Amino acid sequence: MGSREEEQRREEEEEEEEEEEEEVEEEKILPLSRRPEWADVTPIPQDDGPNPVVPIAYKPEFLETMDYFRAVYKADERSPRALSLTQQAILCNSGNYTVWHFRRLILESLNVDLHEELKFIDWFAKDNIKNYQIWHHRRWVAEKVGTEGTSEELAFTRKILSHDAKNYHAWSHRQWVLQTLGGWEDELDYCHQLLEEDVFNNSAWNQRYFVVTRSPLLGGLKAMRDSEVKYTVDAILANPENESPWRYLRGLYKDDTQSLVNNPEVSSVCLKVLTKKVFHIFALSMLLDLLCNGFHANEEFRAAVSAIRISESDPPVVDVIRIYESDPPETDLAKVVCSILAHLDSIRGNYWTWRKRKLPHVV
Amino acid sequence: MQMGELAADEHVKYILSVEKRKDSLESVVSEHLRMNGVYWGLTTLDILGKLDAVDSNEVIQWIMKCQHESGGFAGNIGHDPHILYTLSAVQTLALFDKLDVLDADAVSNCIFLFVICFYAPNSHASLETLSLSFFKSDIAGLQNEDGSFSGDMWGEVDTRFSYIGISCLALLHRLHKINVEKAVDYIVSCKNVDGGFGCTPGGESHAGQIFCCVGALAITGSLHHVDKDLLGWWLCERQVKSGGLNGRPEKLPDVCYSWWVLSSLIMIDRVHWINKEKLIKFILSCQDTENGGISDRPDDAVDVFHTYFGVAGLSLLEYGGLKAIDPAYALPVDVVNRVFLGKK
Repeated sequence: MGSREEEQRREEEEEEEEEEEEEVEEEKILPLSRRPEWADVTPIPQDDGPNPVVPIAYKPEFLETMDYFRAVYKADERSPRALSLTQQAILCNSGNYTVWHFRRLILESLNVDLHEELKFIDWFAKDNIKNYQIWHHRRWVAEKVGTEGTSEELAFTRKILSHDAKNYHAWSHRQWVLQTLGGWEDELDYCHQLLEEDVFNNSAWNQRYFVVTRSPLLGGLKAMRDSEVKYTVDAILANPENESPWRYLRGLYKDDTQSLVNNPEVSSVCLKVLTKKVFHIFALSMLLDLLCNGFHANEEFRAAVSAIRISESDPPVVDVIRIYESDPPETDLAKVVCSILAHLDSIRGNYWTWRKRKLPHVV
Repeated sequence: MQMGELAADEHVKYILSVEKRKDSLESVVSEHLRMNGVYWGLTTLDILGKLDAVDSNEVIQWIMKCQHESGGFAGNIGHDPHILYTLSAVQTLALFDKLDVLDADAVSNCIFLFVICFYAPNSHASLETLSLSFFKSDIAGLQNEDGSFSGDMWGEVDTRFSYIGISCLALLHRLHKINVEKAVDYIVSCKNVDGGFGCTPGGESHAGQIFCCVGALAITGSLHHVDKDLLGWWLCERQVKSGGLNGRPEKLPDVCYSWWVLSSLIMIDRVHWINKEKLIKFILSCQDTENGGISDRPDDAVDVFHTYFGVAGLSLLEYGGLKAIDPAYALPVDVVNRVFLGKK
């Protein structure tokens, strides 16, 4: 008897405590059902069908917000209170595109100052930079604001890229801004700045290519080629193991391989890297591409290739290959390069072996 | 369970437990994309030869309850429909040989509807009004001039949606509803000098995006637009010392790229350019051999998404005891044959 009373008393106490806690919560966010400005709206509960298989454990404020949202959406109520309700709903579930869609309809109907909306996005994007909806919404607003918002858009993406320099959404948005609204003036400098911070950032190299090939201010790829080759060669010499500038260098000669082969700066960067005790794979693969396209290597190249070692204590790779493969001494430089690559870059051994097999038809 | 082997039984148990754990915190968080989870989980079970461990009627009933009146599917009952979940629903129904429960025209029309609603917010139309007017008109006429599916020039066009649209329409035998040539032209315009593809013209090459583009080109018989040797080299450069694959230069390896990179390499017939043994080892090192499931990298938490990509990747690598998976449709080969060749 006593223990049952005790239990009941304890339960009541706990209930009281819970109610007190709820009251504290209520002071922070008053439920919509208790706000006078929403008294005229009848919330529409979610229809999970007659027999919901999965009762979903939503939080009460989420349920209430969505119930009111359904009501204003159904009534097509485009009012300031509906606008603030969409914000509340977005905070509950930022992936719900109907809410975002309705918000845009309201923004348009109310003729809201879109700079305020940009501020909201700035704030919201901080923790949601990988959300597709936010980027789509941003583009819609930016399109409406037009060219007067160009620098704001560039600054917005710049801020996000300062935290996550390879964010794919931010780069997509930035490319869209440049192509739609303009603002190309400082873009090459911006690419340079990002590459100064991290020269291995492939997204920044891609953007550099985007600017060089598409900016209306720079005269196109051919006009930029010489200065870009110089820039790229410097980056390669500083970090020969960086995949991006090697690919960028090839990209500068898109559809014009002959000029790539004929430019002494390209072959000389290969030679410089090959004669240093550094990462050789990308230099060898570029040399291979040059040889496949008619480049005539002199003795210096042959000597540099023959001297490549994995480490100082190892014999030259060429000798090791001969021991392992027991092939007749190879005279053709391109074949030697392929064999060395298959050895140094053994994880892609099959690729380099295929390149070697393909050689007689090309060289 | 020995290290270095696929913990197949544990993965089956893990997937079945996730499917059942409907009211847990984890499932509440991912509630809105449950349709994707069901597709990932059940495809994995099928590859492992254990699809009969689930009650197919229960799953199909649940899927059909996720269908919106517009024809498209939501991530869960009572949620909004989306093109991503519609593809997952169609794929899952294909697994069970139940595509005939669908009104293929309604679903394929809705594919366009989504792209319009999602990417043409300035059209002053809600989902409901759009669906009414669109069903009366020729939906396929809404394709962009540049061949992408978006119905509005302002809309973001993204090759992910080209793939989803093309794959879904092909499975429903409705590919003729669109101008395939234009869709292909748009994808080709997203090709980069490194041989890869981005989400829009000029966008950085990314393994996930490459899968979408190469997959769409494969389905439409347009692989001649791909520079296979150049792209193959870029893709095999994604293999890092640990044996795992990354999605872009200088990024960390992740089991999900065992799918995006490998399937692309297979579609262009260059998969022998990577080191298969090292990749198998990497995927196996990401398993939870006790409780099942596969993670993105060794010692991280497992999830259904990475379990699918790991097992599907091993299937592409012809690991023993697994059903073959089709690299373009991301469905078991026997399922794809059943859809297109009527083979049972």
